Amino acid sequence: MASKPRVKVPKKATAGEVITIKTLISHEMESGLRKDKKGELIPRKIINKFTAEFNGELVYSVDLHAAVSANPYLEFTVKVNESGTFKFSWVDDDGTIYTDEQSITVG
Amino acid sequence: MNITRRQALVLSAGAAAFAVAGLNSTPSFASAEDTEKAIMAISGGKMPETGKVTLTAPEIAENGNTVPISVSVDSAMTEGDLVESVSIFAEGNPNPDVVTFNFTALSGAASATTRMRLAKTQNVIAVAKMADGSTYMDKKEVKVTIGGCGG
Repeated sequence: MASKPRVKVPKKATAGEVITIKTLISHEMESGLRKDKKGELIPRKIINKFTAEFNGELVYSVDLHAAVSANPYLEFTVKVNESGTFKFSWVDDDGTIYTDEQSITVG
Repeated sequence: MNITRRQALVLSAGAAAFAVAGLNSTPSFASAEDTEKAIMAISGGKMPETGKVTLTAPEIAENGNTVPISVSVDSAMTEGDLVESVSIFAEGNPNPDVVTFNFTALSGAASATTRMRLAKTQNVIAVAKMADGSTYMDKKEVKVTIGGCGG
């Protein structure tokens, strides 16, 4: 079961700084290729999309396929010019959207 | 051309070995052609140039279930020199698609890290698409001791 995502965003930054964000969400990323004990295929269930928004504007997104490891870890950079809030979303195959928000002070 | 009995035997043995090898190969794995098709879909039909994009992957991965990979593209990430996306492909996985990172002008740098599954020893390919439509690629072979992807 997917649980609360873990996100690491610096608390402070200077204007125009490129910060590194690390995210991790617990998710089995069931590939749809494995078989259960009866030899039947286990249906695919993965996080297929990740998005990062800053003050409502999309700054980064990722399309994930079945070859991404369980508990997908994503590390990326964002250039911050002002204080604000990041909103991160993970979209599950079953339609569930997991979200997390983090704020940063720029100055 | 006359074929001697000895030559005929050698030929038929070779043909038999080839047929057996063909039967043993598992059709569920993506081939290099599938990967090439996926790359061509991004580049618009021509092979991407090498350079600009750097793929970092371990030479030997003990566990194919979690192989750390990083990509970075040499770009200023401004309006005129922007990386639109970087896609990762695995030639020997059941499906060549792994992940696509979509950057914006607010990304600051075109770099990303994640962990991926590798079914067996194979080439991992990163294809970067620039905003002007040009594409670049980098390829790394990763040796896998224990394959991922289950089975």
